[in-house]
Amino acid sequence: MIARVFVTLKPGVLDPQGAAIRRSLGQLGFDGVNSVRQGKVIELDLAETDPKAAKKRVTEMCEKLLANMVIENFEVELEP
Amino acid sequence: MKAAVIVFPGSNCDRDLAVAFEGISGRPAQMIWHKDTSLPVGLDIIGIPGGFSFGDYLRCGAIAARSPICRAVVDFARSGGHVLGICNGFQVLTETGLLPGVLMRNSGLKFVCRDVDLTVRTSDSPYTNSYKKDQNIRIPVAHHDGNYRADEIEIARLWDNDRVAFTYGDNPNGSTDDIAGILSQNRRVLGLMPHPERQNDAALGGEDGAGLFQSVAQAFVSTS
Repeated sequence: MIARVFVTLKPGVLDPQGAAIRRSLGQLGFDGVNSVRQGKVIELDLAETDPKAAKKRVTEMCEKLLANMVIENFEVELEP
Repeated sequence: MKAAVIVFPGSNCDRDLAVAFEGISGRPAQMIWHKDTSLPVGLDIIGIPGGFSFGDYLRCGAIAARSPICRAVVDFARSGGHVLGICNGFQVLTETGLLPGVLMRNSGLKFVCRDVDLTVRTSDSPYTNSYKKDQNIRIPVAHHDGNYRADEIEIARLWDNDRVAFTYGDNPNGSTDDIAGILSQNRRVLGLMPHPERQNDAALGGEDGAGLFQSVAQAFVSTS
């Protein structure tokens, strides 16, 4: 089973990389981008086949390593 | 005084830190590999050096903080041990939860490598007792992710408890309140982005960082 983890900065946390991307988009003529927030996607290939168990396990992985809970949120998406 | 330095793949200030410890203790610091699971008995202080542990993969310090030896370091600190984390070592300490907050990408997005002016904000710690409060010193920084962030309550708690050890004069990275280094609640864990071990001998171009190591020596003389 494939699990996809989306790690994003919590609202209100300053994102200098997102701001730089927004400026660069503006220079390319893409106007109207109010703000950009950059995050990351982590794809896990799991031996687990039960979605409920997989979600629980991946959530634990996020809390222990994949996300820094001080500044980041995460979402888990499963693909059977 | 018995000191150890933790070595991760990608550490690059471990030898400098070991030399600084040897200078004050008169005996070589023990170098501890990240795969070790326990620490030598009778250690007084552990140094977590600068560098790019595990290539800064995932987040700076994140993988090092979960390495086997770091579990032992956390136990050591929680039982009252002294831990000094410099640069990447500071990042590792925040990732272990021994120090609050995080170090994010520099606000200017550039790697900053230069001497900076710092103010010593407290002399009440085993790392700053030989400096005067509000003393200005000049030592180098070299980092890409030194932008210290924590929520408002945490920042207020750091100031209220006199736990901000160093601040920048001319903030090089966007850190909240110009914070360059902070202490744990029990004042025995210090994390700082600047490199005192690189300004620890006149031959290195200055001795402003030597005060930190002299403070450590002083702390152990007065407690033992």
